[in-house]
Amino acid sequence: MCGIVGLYLKNPKLKPKLGKMFKPMIIEMTNRGPDSAGVAIYRNPVKKAETKFSLAHNDGSYDWKKIDVGLEKALRCDCRIKKIGNHCILVTNAKEPAVVAWLKQHHPEVRVVGSGHTIEIFKETGLPANVYDKFNLDEASGTHMIGHTRMATESAVTTAGSHPFATGADLCLVHNGSLSNHNRLRENLRREGIDFQTENDTEVAAAYMTWKLRSGATLKQALEDGLRDLDGFYTFLVGTADGFAVVRDPIACKHAVMAETDDWVAMATEYRAIAHLPGADDAKIWEPEPSMIYTWGGHA
Amino acid sequence: MNELDVKTVGVRGINLHLNGLPKNTNEKHWVIKNPMGQHSIAVGLSAPLQVDINGHVGFYCGGMNAHAELTIHGHAGVGTAENMMSGVVWVKGNSSESAGATGNGGLLVIDGDASSRCGISMKGIDIVVGGNVGHMSAFMGQRGNLVICGDAGDALGDSIYEAHLYVKGKVASLGADCIEKEMRSEHISELERLLKAAKRREKPAEFRRYGSARKLYNFSVDHADAY
Amino acid sequence: MEKTPPTLPRKSATFDDYTLSEIRRAASTGIYDIRGGGAKRKLPHFDDLLFLGASISRYPLEGYREKCGTNVVLGTRFAKKPIELKIPITIAGMSFGSLSAQAKEALGRGATIAGTSTTTGDGGMTVEERGHSEILVYQYLPSRYGMNPDDLRRADAIEIVIGQGAKPGGGGMLLGQKISDRVAAMRCLPKGIDQRSACRHPDWTGPDDLEIKINELREITNWEKPIYIKIGGARPYYDVALAVKAGADVVVLDGMQGGTAATQEVFIEHVGQPTLACIRPAVRALQELGMHRKVQLIVSGGIRNGADVAKALALGVDAVSIGTAALVALGDNDPHWESEYNALGTTAGAYDDWHEGKDPAGITTQNPDLAKRLDPVLAGKRLSNYLKVMTLETQTIARANGKSHVHNLEPEDLCALTVEAAAMAQVPLAGTSWIPGKGGY
Repeated sequence: MCGIVGLYLKNPKLKPKLGKMFKPMIIEMTNRGPDSAGVAIYRNPVKKAETKFSLAHNDGSYDWKKIDVGLEKALRCDCRIKKIGNHCILVTNAKEPAVVAWLKQHHPEVRVVGSGHTIEIFKETGLPANVYDKFNLDEASGTHMIGHTRMATESAVTTAGSHPFATGADLCLVHNGSLSNHNRLRENLRREGIDFQTENDTEVAAAYMTWKLRSGATLKQALEDGLRDLDGFYTFLVGTADGFAVVRDPIACKHAVMAETDDWVAMATEYRAIAHLPGADDAKIWEPEPSMIYTWGGHA
Repeated sequence: MNELDVKTVGVRGINLHLNGLPKNTNEKHWVIKNPMGQHSIAVGLSAPLQVDINGHVGFYCGGMNAHAELTIHGHAGVGTAENMMSGVVWVKGNSSESAGATGNGGLLVIDGDASSRCGISMKGIDIVVGGNVGHMSAFMGQRGNLVICGDAGDALGDSIYEAHLYVKGKVASLGADCIEKEMRSEHISELERLLKAAKRREKPAEFRRYGSARKLYNFSVDHADAY
Repeated sequence: MEKTPPTLPRKSATFDDYTLSEIRRAASTGIYDIRGGGAKRKLPHFDDLLFLGASISRYPLEGYREKCGTNVVLGTRFAKKPIELKIPITIAGMSFGSLSAQAKEALGRGATIAGTSTTTGDGGMTVEERGHSEILVYQYLPSRYGMNPDDLRRADAIEIVIGQGAKPGGGGMLLGQKISDRVAAMRCLPKGIDQRSACRHPDWTGPDDLEIKINELREITNWEKPIYIKIGGARPYYDVALAVKAGADVVVLDGMQGGTAATQEVFIEHVGQPTLACIRPAVRALQELGMHRKVQLIVSGGIRNGADVAKALALGVDAVSIGTAALVALGDNDPHWESEYNALGTTAGAYDDWHEGKDPAGITTQNPDLAKRLDPVLAGKRLSNYLKVMTLETQTIARANGKSHVHNLEPEDLCALTVEAAAMAQVPLAGTSWIPGKGGY
């Protein structure tokens, strides 16, 4: 069980304040999710021919340079890296599948946490306040941000088990609730060629989305199919290249609230996360209906 | 009029203060500032206080309220006035899921919309909603009245016992054992009383009544589908 | 010519007599079988474990003179007023409605003499029980029948019920025969109907929302009372961890042998794990969170004697709870009423149609003529005698294993007689050092 939060800036002037505005939102969700925290931030878009990867390693002093050098040599490409906490943002003009395959073969201890043109994903065990500090997010600038605080239900408290889960280029998923048929789905998806790192139900939901999108479905179709194929209680917040999507299961026992002003759109498990945003008192506040897909800002 | 600020004393401070007032206090009127969506504000009150909360509240505001009159000048979260025993809780904005859940008495007024499961398992509380209610409202409603001036979502009154439901707008669908019933003079008077108490302009004649068909009261295999 | 010797008529183990009778009953009525009690089939249980006792390396305590402590404190984590029990055995939640008022009074009397607590059930707190039970735990269930802030404040502890061993995922069930005037009034239901109960709480779902609900209850009761969370034997390792994360003071874990007043037979026999299988995972969850002995663990479901108590304590629990055994001590299923059991189509020891409210012993009934057969004072004394015996038995075993307090019993004092019990209790099979599942085999 968990807390999820999302903030999308409609007013471009607020971009430099994104990290600052988002921080109290995720901190308010600490009690709901004391085990681990994660965010996806959309910022610093790379060139069309390039791909940005969020990589992570358990050892905070890992030497990322060897990834930089190794990749350039093996794939004859250009790379640049930036280390943030125990994560590393890698930008390269090599193709995504080739990079992922090379890493899997030569550095299996490196986790590919996300990839795309603008997305960066940071997640770690521990309290959200600590996670935020570790990844210097206070001063972060960007267009939108998704966050999650985790209370592990039926799987272990590990970094790999934390959300957001990447589901494709610039796509990520956070989840509040508990699926009930994820084990069978995981087996089916394995047969479709998808790898899993954890026993986590959310990872299955994310993998399901990935598979649907790979098979040619739009995001909306994938979420609609999900309503049919995924069983259990859930509120999903999906981050996309230029916005986000929200959906709740038909029984809708897990609370979710949305708020909108001229400057921003926010989503949270509890209103108190939204209460800190400027203009929250007068925002339009409503709850997403069960089985309905809400999208903002267009989608991939 | 006395003020309490959630930012300075916290929810703990608010509840301690209000529940710690001497029995015959003449400091009856309190204003609570900066609720900031916090949970469990003004819960378990048991004296005829008048409390105004300026802003949006989180879950369970006015939980287990007895005798007090609470007004929330904003929106309310999950379980507003849950298990209320008596008194009044008035939400000027909208209320979230399970408003008035298992309430035993008193009056809950929601000027805006209520979400799903409004009046779930109600046990005598009166609830008047100016706007719409969501799905599964009055689920297992045992006793009390739920007045809906707007529309009702799916499965209204599923597994209802003896609660009275009055709806002015559309009903998306009815739950198991819930049917439309005849409006007799005693229902008209009851509805008139409730609308007046909630300061609504709607007239009883504009409403339809729903309640239990009483077919699930004792198990019969022919109704197994409904379980 | 010789007659062909016949093969013996052979009944099927799969389609045994009970199964055949149940199929016939289902075909006749079109409704599932409802009964009370816990799982009746044979299961790995405490009888499959043995204590090692004293030896050349381990010395026993002298009986009587060298004290063996039995007290336990519950609710030390957050509550201002933790509960102090003289013995590590409590009386489990059973409702007024499923039980007669006299039975509830008897439980209160007996528990008070023994220095322990009773628990209300799915129907609210009665005057009798609060009056006669010195320490009373008030259950907070999905139905919220009779729930009110005054009783919450009058209680000594609050037990939020998420599930129970007999039916993890099922709500309460009380059929019309037992919805008397008084029961109907307390539960706000029409008299004589079959009570359908909710299986989920109405205003929260999930441990993250439970955390908020627990805080609300603490605010209403000024943080005085310990908050227990009761779960059935579903996923004990995760459930206990989540209960801790949600803010519980105490976890009550009920295995499938735990009884109920009434539910579907299939629920009792086929959902929820045996008590023995639940304990080690629950204790491990507490240890991994650094909360063992800080969030107390009470286990119930088939606790029958001091040996069961001692074994549960040895595996790491802080206290146990009894329901079925307490009723038997009061007089439930006593052979004294055999002719009446026969008239009901059953026999002493098998009577479990408690939902019909015809209990000859006057315990699981609302019929005033039957209920008055139970003298609460005498029955209370019987309960306290039984609790005394269980306590003495536990102490006898603890002393023999060199313990000056029953909480010092540990898994290493045990061995197992079967592979299943060894695996579940994580103690070696007797005569070997083999614990199935540990060490990679």
